Amino acid sequence: MNFLSIFVLIPLLMLFGLWIARNLNQVRGVMVAGSTALLALAIYLTYTFIGDRAAMPADEFPMLYTASFDWFPALNIKYSVGVDGISVAMLLLSSIIVFTGTFASWQLKPLTKEYFLWFTLLSMGVFGFFISVDMFTMFMFYEIALIPMYLLIGVWGSGKKEYSAMKLTLMLMGGSAFLMCGIFGIYFGAGATTMNVTEIAAREGAVVAVPLSLQRFWFPMTFAGFGVLGAMFPFHTWSPDGHASAPTAVSMLHAGVLMKLGGYGCFRIAMYLMPEAANEMGWIFLILTAISVVYGAFSACVQTDLKYINAYSSVSHCGLVLFAILMMNHVAATGAILQMLSHGLMTALFFALIGMIYGRTHTRDVRELAGLMKIMPFLAVCYVIAGLANLGLPGLSGFVAEMTIFVGAFGNTGAFYTTLTIIACTSIVITAVYILRLVGKILYGVCTNEHHLLLTDATWDERFSVVCLILSVAGLGLAPWWVSDMIGTGVGPIIDVLDGAKQFLNVPF
Amino acid sequence: MSYTLFILLLPLFSFLLIGIVDMDIPKCGKVWSHKAAGLIGTCSLGIVTVLSYMTAWQYFFQTERLADGSLPTLVPFNTTWLPLGNLHFDLGILLDPISVMMLVVISTVSLMVHIYSFGYMHGERGFQRYYAFLSLFSMSMIGLVLATNIFQMYLFWELVGVSSYLLIGFYYTTAPAIAASKKAFIVTRFADMFFLVGILIFGYYTQSFNFSFAGSEVQMADGAAAFIPCDPQTALVKNAAYAVLPISLVLMFIGGAGKSAMFPLHIWLPDAMEGPTPVSALIHAATMVVAGVFQIARMFPIWIEYAPQTLSVVVWVGAFTAFYAAAVACAQSDIKRVLAFSTISQIAFMMVALGVCLPGEGEHLNHASLGYMASMFHLFTHAMFKACLFLGAGCIIHAVHSNEMSAMGGLRKYMPVTRWTFLISCLAIAGIPFFSGFSSKDEIISACFQYNSICGWWMTAVAAMTAFYMFRLYYGIFWGTENKELHAEHTPHEAPWTMTLPLIVLSVITVGVGAVTTLAGFGILPETWNFGSFVTASGAVYGVHFDTQVALTSTCIALVSIGLATWIFKGETQPIADKMYAAAPHLHRWAYKRFYLDEVYQFVTHKIIFARISTPIAWFDRHVIDGFFNFLAWGTHKLSALIKGFQSGSVQQYAIWFFLGVLAVLGIMVFVL
Repeated sequence: MNFLSIFVLIPLLMLFGLWIARNLNQVRGVMVAGSTALLALAIYLTYTFIGDRAAMPADEFPMLYTASFDWFPALNIKYSVGVDGISVAMLLLSSIIVFTGTFASWQLKPLTKEYFLWFTLLSMGVFGFFISVDMFTMFMFYEIALIPMYLLIGVWGSGKKEYSAMKLTLMLMGGSAFLMCGIFGIYFGAGATTMNVTEIAAREGAVVAVPLSLQRFWFPMTFAGFGVLGAMFPFHTWSPDGHASAPTAVSMLHAGVLMKLGGYGCFRIAMYLMPEAANEMGWIFLILTAISVVYGAFSACVQTDLKYINAYSSVSHCGLVLFAILMMNHVAATGAILQMLSHGLMTALFFALIGMIYGRTHTRDVRELAGLMKIMPFLAVCYVIAGLANLGLPGLSGFVAEMTIFVGAFGNTGAFYTTLTIIACTSIVITAVYILRLVGKILYGVCTNEHHLLLTDATWDERFSVVCLILSVAGLGLAPWWVSDMIGTGVGPIIDVLDGAKQFLNVPF
Repeated sequence: MSYTLFILLLPLFSFLLIGIVDMDIPKCGKVWSHKAAGLIGTCSLGIVTVLSYMTAWQYFFQTERLADGSLPTLVPFNTTWLPLGNLHFDLGILLDPISVMMLVVISTVSLMVHIYSFGYMHGERGFQRYYAFLSLFSMSMIGLVLATNIFQMYLFWELVGVSSYLLIGFYYTTAPAIAASKKAFIVTRFADMFFLVGILIFGYYTQSFNFSFAGSEVQMADGAAAFIPCDPQTALVKNAAYAVLPISLVLMFIGGAGKSAMFPLHIWLPDAMEGPTPVSALIHAATMVVAGVFQIARMFPIWIEYAPQTLSVVVWVGAFTAFYAAAVACAQSDIKRVLAFSTISQIAFMMVALGVCLPGEGEHLNHASLGYMASMFHLFTHAMFKACLFLGAGCIIHAVHSNEMSAMGGLRKYMPVTRWTFLISCLAIAGIPFFSGFSSKDEIISACFQYNSICGWWMTAVAAMTAFYMFRLYYGIFWGTENKELHAEHTPHEAPWTMTLPLIVLSVITVGVGAVTTLAGFGILPETWNFGSFVTASGAVYGVHFDTQVALTSTCIALVSIGLATWIFKGETQPIADKMYAAAPHLHRWAYKRFYLDEVYQFVTHKIIFARISTPIAWFDRHVIDGFFNFLAWGTHKLSALIKGFQSGSVQQYAIWFFLGVLAVLGIMVFVL
């Protein structure tokens, strides 16, 4: 038994524990114990990974802690696990979000037990996805993560919850239909011998893993399939509605982790396995993601619902993730993974705070809120910090990620790339516009609503969850070098493959 | 000199100590009382000041000079913060003449403001928060000037921007403060975007974010060769490499123009006066707003070597701003606004001085660095007297509870200390000999005359306007018509010692520096006492000698302007001023409204960006893109409604369809195959 599988085992045990739990305290006990164990495991993994990595030669980047079990031999489907720098970072992110999400839904009612059951199932899918290296197993875990979302939003959501749940699920399922076609396309294109990502990429005895004519067909399909989850323009519209209706912790997990599955999949499967097509067709998606970045930011400027603002902001920031990986160089790709981490943490923080404010005021309309700084100072100060992280204040995570991306993106030659990079740079100004507008409107000023004057500040469980997230955001922002190094080891082989593919092609730009 | 690290870290600790530890704990209240928070902040700044002076003393007097007489550049601490492929983002401490000079300026003014705020902010809600932000600002500003590379500068550049945002919005319940803080941040952020792109271009081509350029020319050609696919040694690539540096420097200058409030990005600075007055003194007069000047001075070796012609952009932007701001300052009625526009104008002087430097050759090398030296000198003297003016204005506002000049008048009897220190600073900014502003401004004007005479006369005219509006302000506050209504309520009184002490210290510095440098400039005191032996472009000692013609002209013009202001504004009634307003009402109104530039910006942001870009995009998203997906769902729904009739459950219907199907298959088999 490989110790990576514990990441899936713990949620399984939690599911069992939740099933037999008899009252609220037992449910909470199981959740706290389980999510703490996951967090501890992720920290342990990070620690040992960095240690083991340092002991290896600097020019070798294998997957670590690999293990493989036959599952469905007829189709060569195996349960294969293994991690590199990128997955370790993602696992750490997921465990932080699950941990804080547990505390953020501390007072959730009704049907607390059922809620946590679905929540745990969702996290199991997420962890399973990040530890897998077998395409089919990855896909399976991906689906496990998607389905609970429907119920979590449909049952515990707010507003037009049925509509949003349906929309989100249908759009994401549409994406995963493309994805499944893509995965089987890669499998058969690569000779139908293995589903293992690293083995396909190693391309034993062949010049290209998948013939280029097939790649031209499957690459856009796979990329767009993952791109739907990564909120790529024009497949992003599930995001504002879905986030607006979802309960707090689900928004956190969804924006914080699930959207990262998209970027991760694009990078690990679409681009890694089909590097020739990625080089050839990347520019199309590069334009789309550059549009996402600016489009999301501009849209956020005029929204009136707090969650819509944040959802469009996520479109903009996740657009930057895909934008950066499509730049296909080492620095930009490292920046993309950093941005995934950073965006995951700060969006989770944002959604947690919005949920807490909504729980008190029962409105998320910017026009009805004012002067919250005086009424709930703790939440308001944290909101300002989250906003500053979002607009890239040095010392918080956003700055590190954005700067790495921009420096990397500028390393790409050619007027096409430079123009797009400069367009993407404008988002730092637009982000400032909508964040400061929001902060000025809801936190500053004088509260005129008499009911709001009676509201109280955060409770201990809320404070704990928020403080954990802020510490993570600040930690990444203040000491980025070790994360950056760790991610760099994972990005290396993928970028090498992408670089190697360039020689076979005439890249249009 | 590794202790310089503490200069950076101490304010950070005090920020964390006051800001983070000081959460509102339910039922227990704050951890620190007002006094404790203020003392923590002030003490840490006190230690920082002592350390800065020690650094300055060691650096200027005890460090061994290099063979050519210049001071060495020391890097006591440097570490890689973020690796970026071939590049790397370092954090460290760099000591050279300008950074040490800035260290002295920042710590002095910041300490004075810390002390002053005890009195000024007494009893304010959020006293602890105020001191926490002051510490944060001091840390960021010190980090900015001590930066070892352009990216570190950008990092702290953003941090000072945020501290400024937080402090302008200190009174966050009032609408003007909220709007002003937002405006300040967004306008400077807009400029910073250009700065960032400039840094990225610079970093890409030179393969380094460092200021020192040694050995990078080859790299630069290599960088350009990556853009233009041919051999790095060809003329084409070399030309491209040299064209790219001016572009990146100009982009960085736009960033600096945003921070330093150059036209047309100056609009945030007057509004920033909504913040507490000591903050205006520290951030918006003495330190942060000169960051743009500092940035050009920092990149100056690269400017002068690779982009000397491009410096003319700096000259003309600066010259226009200086004039524009001085013109607006003549018509403002809010005393802080007058000072704000005066600050814009004075910073423009520094910009112009940097811009008028031309690459020197042979013997004239010294001439070339006159502007640089003058600019840094003016930065130093301006920081002191402008901080003094702002703090004085704070005392006045404290006494009369209004910013408007109409509420003041005749205060000289009630506030003697404020009055005399204010007068000293006014004389300094007007450029009267033996006050510090004279020495520095005179050098700037000399440098301008060396550049060309239009520029020289232009700046002389602006200097005359400076003297005029400053004395208009002085007479408006301390002479002129007394506000009797105000006195009926309570008589204005002098501020407590915590507030007057900083005024006295700053005006003593103004007079002291002014007297010494004036005497040294005329050759009465030894030359080494002058500013030129500390900070120059090349680092070598630069002997300052006043150009007698220029000195005489500018002094006479300043005296005439002061006389004019005295004649118009000193009396109890001001018939001449009224007549002037009546003669040109539109001009006065336009100047008062700052030539309607704010309205133009309002139009662009609200009517164009919000109404014409953002709203349509949001609409497009909700209706077109989302509409398409909803249409898909609707289509599926309709389609299934159409064909659901097939599953009616009635056996006869199934039989008919079955029969028809068989017929169709038969038909195909018979006729088609």
